[in-house]
Amino acid sequence: MIELISNHPFAAAISALLLLGLPFGALLGFAAVKFKTQGDPIADQIEELLPQTQCGQCSYPGCRPYAEAIANGEAINKCPPGGESTINALADLLGVEATPLDAEHGEENIKKVAFIREAECIGCTKCIQACPVDAILGAAKQMHTVIVSECTGCDLCVEPCPVDCIDMLPIQPTLQTWSWDLPVPAEQLIASDSRDVMGAEA
Amino acid sequence: MLADYSLLLIGAILVNNFVLVQFLGLCPFMGVSNKLETAIGMSSATTFVLTLASIVSWMTYEWLLLPLGLEYLKTISFILVIAVVVQFTEMVVRKSSPMLYKVLGVFLPLITTNCAVLGVALLNINKQHSFLESAFYGFGAALGFSLVLVLFAAMRERLNVADVPVPFKGAAIGMITAGLMSLAFMGFAGLV
Repeated sequence: MIELISNHPFAAAISALLLLGLPFGALLGFAAVKFKTQGDPIADQIEELLPQTQCGQCSYPGCRPYAEAIANGEAINKCPPGGESTINALADLLGVEATPLDAEHGEENIKKVAFIREAECIGCTKCIQACPVDAILGAAKQMHTVIVSECTGCDLCVEPCPVDCIDMLPIQPTLQTWSWDLPVPAEQLIASDSRDVMGAEA
Repeated sequence: MLADYSLLLIGAILVNNFVLVQFLGLCPFMGVSNKLETAIGMSSATTFVLTLASIVSWMTYEWLLLPLGLEYLKTISFILVIAVVVQFTEMVVRKSSPMLYKVLGVFLPLITTNCAVLGVALLNINKQHSFLESAFYGFGAALGFSLVLVLFAAMRERLNVADVPVPFKGAAIGMITAGLMSLAFMGFAGLV
């Protein structure tokens, strides 16, 4: 063995490196198959946090396209139905700053559902075509009605209605959904602090 | 016996800290230390890579290169070993924590070029460490790197919101802080 090496040092060096490299290559190939990642896991995680109203107020055609855009670096403050809690959750997940909601995309409102005044409904199916989550029951020239449990309050059905018979009604709190109001911010709560703020502005 | 290994660890972590005293591995030190979570993620990845690379490099040298009289191939073989270990780590990180993978970005494959990793592998040969000593030395180097990286990241997060003069903002005050930290770590000289 030693004579072989000393007679052909070049060949010995190359074969030693090959002997080292081939098992490592096999290990890496095996690992590449075993640790294969499917799809875009970050976009999946982001999508879990979005409210799934599919309303398009963020200027993307649904929550999944917006999630993919955020994964590619889009701003996180464009979702009014998600509101501040969604922005904070996204900021936590992505490790970025939690910016306030971008006002040009809409204001954060209390949750609403659509309600069709059936006396005025003419059965034109335009609202059914507009609804992104298929929450309106009906057919041509038949009565249309909103399935409350499916409606996400996205507002897209109100515009197409030719007789303007759709109202957005706030959801009444139930025993399960009621919670205390948020506390007053510190600047307004403590009289001396609010005086200081107003004094500084004056 | 235990005392020898403890001294080896103390030496690698504090006295001859790889970043602040031997000035190896400065690229991820400055590049990843902007946020604490990123720094912690990077230091775990580097710990894994350093320990594994240190062990496998030793085994390669001892069982392949020495018997064949090919010691002069140690640099390229160690680079090969380190590259494989880093690729493997990259795949594991990508699978287990896609967020960390995205945040670390290019710095994860750059562990391959981290001179601390190759430095540990070569120093193990220079100092003629045994197998366990190599493992402990690699692990200690990684712990020292992680310690310094986490400390520096914590300080940098504070420096970001501190009242720093405009010409010094960013990397400049970071370098000055690193220099001061290095001075502080020189205080450990002669401990071991």
